[in-house]
Order: sequence, then C-alpha cells, then structure tokens
Amino acid sequence: MTTIATPRRRFRIGRAGAWVLVGVFILITLFPFYWMLRTSFSTNGALPSHSNSLLPAEGTLDAYRRVLGLSSVSEALEKGGSTASVDFWLYLRNSFIVAISTTVVQTLFSALAAYAFARLRWPGRNVVFTIFLSALMVPPIFTTLPNFILIRDLGLLNTFLGIVLPNLLMSPFAVFFLRQFFLNISTEIEEAARLDGAGHLRTFFRVIVPMSAAPITTLAILTYVAAWNDYFWPLLVGQDENVRVLTVALGIFKAQTPNGGGPDWSGLMAATVIAALPVVILFTLLGRRVINSIQFSGVK
Amino acid sequence: MTLTSTARRLRRPMIRERRRETWYAIAFVAPAAIGFLVFYLFPAIRGVWLSFTNYDLFSSGEFVGGANYAQIVDDKVFWNALLVTAEYVVINIGLQTAVALLMAVLMQRLAKSLVIRGILLVPYMVSGVVVALLWQWLLDYQIGIVNNALDFVGLPRQSFFGDPALAIVTVALINVWKSMGYTALLLFAGLQAIPKDVYEAAAIDGASEAKAFWRVSLPLLRPVLALVLIVSLIGSFQIFDTIAVTTKGGPVNATRVIYYYIYDLAFNRYDFGYASAIALVLFVILLGITLIQLRITRANKSDLA
Repeated sequence: MTTIATPRRRFRIGRAGAWVLVGVFILITLFPFYWMLRTSFSTNGALPSHSNSLLPAEGTLDAYRRVLGLSSVSEALEKGGSTASVDFWLYLRNSFIVAISTTVVQTLFSALAAYAFARLRWPGRNVVFTIFLSALMVPPIFTTLPNFILIRDLGLLNTFLGIVLPNLLMSPFAVFFLRQFFLNISTEIEEAARLDGAGHLRTFFRVIVPMSAAPITTLAILTYVAAWNDYFWPLLVGQDENVRVLTVALGIFKAQTPNGGGPDWSGLMAATVIAALPVVILFTLLGRRVINSIQFSGVK
Repeated sequence: MTLTSTARRLRRPMIRERRRETWYAIAFVAPAAIGFLVFYLFPAIRGVWLSFTNYDLFSSGEFVGGANYAQIVDDKVFWNALLVTAEYVVINIGLQTAVALLMAVLMQRLAKSLVIRGILLVPYMVSGVVVALLWQWLLDYQIGIVNNALDFVGLPRQSFFGDPALAIVTVALINVWKSMGYTALLLFAGLQAIPKDVYEAAAIDGASEAKAFWRVSLPLLRPVLALVLIVSLIGSFQIFDTIAVTTKGGPVNATRVIYYYIYDLAFNRYDFGYASAIALVLFVILLGITLIQLRITRANKSDLA
C-alpha cells in the first residue's frame, strides 16, 4: 500500500509547489504595475510617510491633473511637481499620430511587397527578397546614425514626417512575416479570381487581404506596439514639444523633476500609466492573437 | 492550321501576361523598395564610409583612413563598454533563459491557461522607458518598496543604481523582468511541438517529472532554444532605453554599454565618424556571435528528425 501512496503524495506536493511557483511569477509580474497605479493615485508629499502602505498615500487625482496640464504651475509646485510645463494630452496625441500612421502605411506597403514576393512571378524575385531580409542582421544603431544625418539634411528634424519616415515604407520583418502567410494561401482561389477577370491589384485587395485578415491584424498590433514604445529614434529627431511622443516626454519629465525634496514620483507614475494604458488595453482586447503569433514564431 | 502556329498563338499572350505580371510586381514592391534603399541600404553604405571619416555633423568631414579604428584599439572607454555590455548580456540572457525555461515548463505541464500567458507577457508589451521609470521608483533608496522590504528583513538598503558594483546587475535584472514572459512563450511553443508520446514513453519507463525534463524536453527543445538564444542575445546587446532613463552610463562608466557609448559619442560629442566605426565593430561582433552560435548548437538540426 505504502509503495503506491508515497509517489502519489510526493506528486501532489510537487504539484502544489509548482502552483505556488506560478503564483510567485504572476505576483512578480503584476505587483510593480499595482505599485505604479497605487503611487499615481497618491499625494506626492505623503509618499515618504506612507512608504509601506499598500493603499494610495492620501488618495487623490492631483498627479493626473498635474501631468495632464490641468493644474497651474504654482499649484503643481506646491504638490511636489515640477516647474516645467507638462501636457501629456499633447504627447498622447503625438504618440497616436506616430503609431497609427506608421502602422497603417508600413503594413500596407509591406503587404503589397510580400504579395509580390510570395505570389507574383518576376525575374530577380528571390534575390531581391534575400537582400531585403539581410537588413534584419544589421543592428539598428548602425543605420540610425546616417539616417539622422539624412533627416536633418532634409530639414525634417522635429517633424512628424521625420519621426515616422525611416519606418514608414517597409520593415524587413513585416515583409518576411506576411510573405510566410501569403505562400500558404491556395492558388486555386486566386486563379478563380483571375479567371473572373480580376487584375492583380483587385485580387490582392479582394482575395488575399480578406483571407489573411488574422495575420495582418497581428502584424499591425505588433507594429503599433513597437512604434508606440520606440524611444531611441524619436529621442534623436523629435524632442520639440509639438511632436514629442510619450516615451521622450517621460524621459524629459524625469530629467526636469526637481532634486530638492525628491522626484515627483506620483506625477511620474501617473504619466507612465498614461503611456502604458493604450498598449495594455490593446493587448487585453487582442492579446490572444499576439500570443498565438509569438508562439507561431517560436515554432518556425 | 499546323500545331506549331497554334502553340505560337497561345504563347504570345502568355509572354504578354508574364510581362504584365512583372510590371505589377515592380509597382507592388516599389514603395517598400524605396524605403529599403533610402533607409536601410543607403545608410548602411554611408555608415561604412562615415567610419573612415571625421564627420561631426557641422563640417562635411574628411577621409581619415583607418584612424578611427586605430583609435578604438587604444580606447579604454570602448573596451570597458564592451566588458560592461558582456557582463550585462551574460547576466541578462543567462538568468532570463533559465527563468523562462522554468516558466515554459510550468506553462506546459501545469498552467496551460491563455490568461496566465497573457499576464506574464504584459511587461514585454510596455515601453522600456515606462519599465525603467517604474523600477527606479520601486528601487528608490529612501522610500522604494524594495529597499523597505530589505530593511524589513534586516538587510541593509542598497543604492541599486548608484553603486558601481550593482548598477549593471540592476539594469540586467530589470530587463529579465521585462522579457522573461516573452522568452517563456517562445520556449513554451517549442515544448508544445514535442510529440506527447515521447513523454508517455518516458513515464512508462518510470522517469520522474525532473528526469523527463532533463532527458526529453531539453534535448528536443535544443533547436528552438538555440534560435531563442540568438535572437535574445542580439537584442540584449542593444540595451539602451533602461540606461538612458536611469543611469546615463554612470556611476563613472559602470553602465556605459556599447549602445549608450555610441549614442553619447554621436549625439553629445558629435563624433559621428568614430561612433560609426564602433557601430560597425558592434555589427561584426553580432554577426560573429550568430555564426558561432549556429555552429555550436546546430540550430537547424532537431533530434526529432
């Protein structure tokens, strides 16, 4: 009897231990985000005296009012904010402009190119595709330096066009990703459309795009998240307030924060909540797709 | 009508069709090709050229031969940057892969829920700047919750970003936190691809869960593991956001990684020529690592085949 019971009990203990481990991972992942929220709803001046309280320290929405430019400078200073004007509405708008335009245009042109690489027959197709792919090997900073010079010479520093242009027309990854999917679409459906007299453009928009709606959406989400989160390039070309995106604004906000009395942590955390929220919402709504596509790339 | 003339008459529209298709292909690829030529190929060539000049953004720059490369050899800050980057990469990748592997096994053997996978992926979806600021707050010396916790269990408070011995470790750990869920998901996918009957056979032979992992999962996961290692290693070398937001290369040069050094040279000292030379060296290093790693791990061969 005991010989049967022992391994089972050990198995059960092992299982419970493993579940505890899963719980620990989830806690480690989520607690920092909880702390970010908790701090953003706190009164900055009350943070030191309530540094261990799990609830917001003297709960208030002041931090959000401060970073959204809704309170006056003197009011903000009094609450432990900075003297610099911050307007995260503006930065939010700028981030939306950059991320949406990059996503729409890049996905469209990458899809068109991917279609030509996957389905059309033309001389030099595979050579051109291989050259496109080789760009994946180059570390971005190597091309970033000359790209900066080019954007400056074109007079596009501190313009939206300057921020989006290098990523607007294509990304090697997007072309590669979509080509993989287009290759798997059966040729029969495409040929049927062609026999019905549809041209290549019509076939692409009426047959290929609807049939690849899922991978195209996934790619669009990934592109959007990458554009939204990008820091390096906009930091170089878009410091100006009118085109400043959230990531750059966060860095500047952090640098401007007064040293005496400590940083405006509640203001900073409110700003990070604003910067993170759109992506987290998008991920909550469409996360299943993203997870599946990452898993897909893991197997490929 | 002879047979050949019919064939000829059929072939002519086919040739015309082929030509039409080529024109369409050119039109479809054109926007992407322009983007590729202007923002990938041209800057790559220009980058090589810049590395042989003393270009500084304000003057047109002169050809200086291999002077920049000679300077690299004697540049203590460069070698230090390379060392700091290596330290970062080893800690970051080593820990991240180990933790992610554990997470992936848990995901596969225990918690298959999509929600759990989603939760663990959230830090990866959030911007590096947000993550850096968040951790700077959590690790604050005076009132950060982590130092409070250390205090509570009787350990001394740590200046995580200010202590030269700790700073790069801190940055590496922050990015382990950010990317472990993503790496775990990739490895999980690899584990899912291993046929179930292999595990069943192992169970019948009396292999424990741990033994099944070491003897079955790990060897069969090797190709995926190798690929994930290469991709995350190359990403790891490009650490910038966290450092730009928190330490700016300090204290002294303790976190001046290669990416930040290049950035600093180009955009604070306008030494584009020298910065380009180092960027090219980085490119060669990454290329070398990829080739060596592919060779060692035989990534393209699976034991399943």
